[in-house]
Amino acid sequence: MIISADNISHRFNNRVVLDQVSLEVKKGDFITIIGPNGAGKSTLLKCLMGLITPDHGQIKRKPYSRIGYIPQRMAVNPSLPITVARFIELNKSKASTPNRSTLTDDLGINDLAHKPIHSLSGGEWQRVLLARALQDEPEAIILDEPAQNLDISGQLQFYKTLDEIHQNRGIAILMVSHDLHMVMASTQQVVCLYHHICCSGAPQTVARDPEFAHLFGQDMAKMMAIYQHQHDHDHHHGHHHDHHHDHHHGHEHHGETPHG
Amino acid sequence: MADIWLADFVINALLAGLGIAVICGMMGCFVVWRKMAYFGDSLAHSALLGIAIGLAAGITMSLAITLICLTFALLLFWLQHRGVLATDTLLGILSHGALSGGIVLLSIMRIPVDLHALLFGDILTVKPTDLTLIGIGLIISTGLMIKFWAPLVLATISEDLAKAEGVNTKFMQILILILMTITVAVSVRMVGVLLITSMLIIPAATARPLTRSPEAMAITAIMIGMLAVVGGMVLSIEANTPTGPSMVVMLAAFFALVMTVTGFWRKS
Repeated sequence: MIISADNISHRFNNRVVLDQVSLEVKKGDFITIIGPNGAGKSTLLKCLMGLITPDHGQIKRKPYSRIGYIPQRMAVNPSLPITVARFIELNKSKASTPNRSTLTDDLGINDLAHKPIHSLSGGEWQRVLLARALQDEPEAIILDEPAQNLDISGQLQFYKTLDEIHQNRGIAILMVSHDLHMVMASTQQVVCLYHHICCSGAPQTVARDPEFAHLFGQDMAKMMAIYQHQHDHDHHHGHHHDHHHDHHHGHEHHGETPHG
Repeated sequence: MADIWLADFVINALLAGLGIAVICGMMGCFVVWRKMAYFGDSLAHSALLGIAIGLAAGITMSLAITLICLTFALLLFWLQHRGVLATDTLLGILSHGALSGGIVLLSIMRIPVDLHALLFGDILTVKPTDLTLIGIGLIISTGLMIKFWAPLVLATISEDLAKAEGVNTKFMQILILILMTITVAVSVRMVGVLLITSMLIIPAATARPLTRSPEAMAITAIMIGMLAVVGGMVLSIEANTPTGPSMVVMLAAFFALVMTVTGFWRKS
């Protein structure tokens, strides 16, 4: 176990946001939390990161573990001038310096080093945040709707990068996402949250769960189920599925898949 | 006329002004980055209550200002975390309550004061003891600023990111309040209660289009502040104008000039 929430409950202004939620992130996990707006997804991540102390329940963390965090919609006040390179190393230890150049290489942001962060595109900014989170070699990274402001090709690129990080570096990933079709294709485990955990498991299982249909509507459930159905016929891990679902949203993929 | 530049009171005023320019230059960047201009203004207004209490109780003015400003800042910090009213509403109440309270107290105590000097500054009457206080304020604030620079900037960029990475963000918030208090306490003599915010935000705002890093912005803001102090003194002595407002006029002119030259107006 790297980090876990043990039966946590939390209220904001007397409204229940989290109701007895338990979640565990282990080595090798790739978990995506989905759920409607206001379901408590960000609150759950903030509780895990220690930004909010839940009213009830416990957050347990492996001693001395490092966990990277990418907050939701993080925007820097344009009155603060800072370059990409300076931002990545800001308040980080010198020990991480050797990692930085390989990281910026891997993430393809070497050319951006001397650019002001305000000039970056949404995709570039997410990569910079990733580089910052990854430089201390964390055991897990926690991301709050990281692909929110990206266009479709940017989203694909980003999920592909996340997948590589998960595979090549052996870093556990926990993220909140609204991009259901991407989630269904790339993640190992889906947690459906609406104040409490409605259902969780492999994407295929979740898509068929009546709770999922209840939360996201029959149409969405049907679409995801068909999507998943074709996955099952194709490959168990969902590779090379781009030619299969053209009639759903093939125009968004342009032959590239989250798994490359 | 040239002799006046060697007079003690002019040299003292210049030294005081340059010291204050350093403190305000650094602090002003955080005021701009954290959108605390209104907070700075309110803190400065509360300094008037400090001055009144100081005069009434017979304690050193700088000490009284520091104590009242710190009380004000902590009270606000506490009220903010209650989350009952919006911050600007709270600031408006505390700030004008303290400002009026100060004026009323001064009038009740029948203390003869130069209200003009309190509101707009009176740097030409700076004494060596004031210089010592400015020196102490300068050392403390510069020291704290350098020691905690990186976590302060990170917490300014994103409170959540900083906290998730182990920065004690509560401490950083309180540190900012303490630094603001020191800044206000030492600056009141120079530009007065009403103009302190301009010494904070104009140098930083002018430095912004000229720089690419937070450190460069702070250093440039310090230099711009120093230039305005010297320029304001020249204007004040040659044209016989009030010193504090003369410095602020200089700052405003620098700002307009830099914004025009760099074409920063055109950006969104």
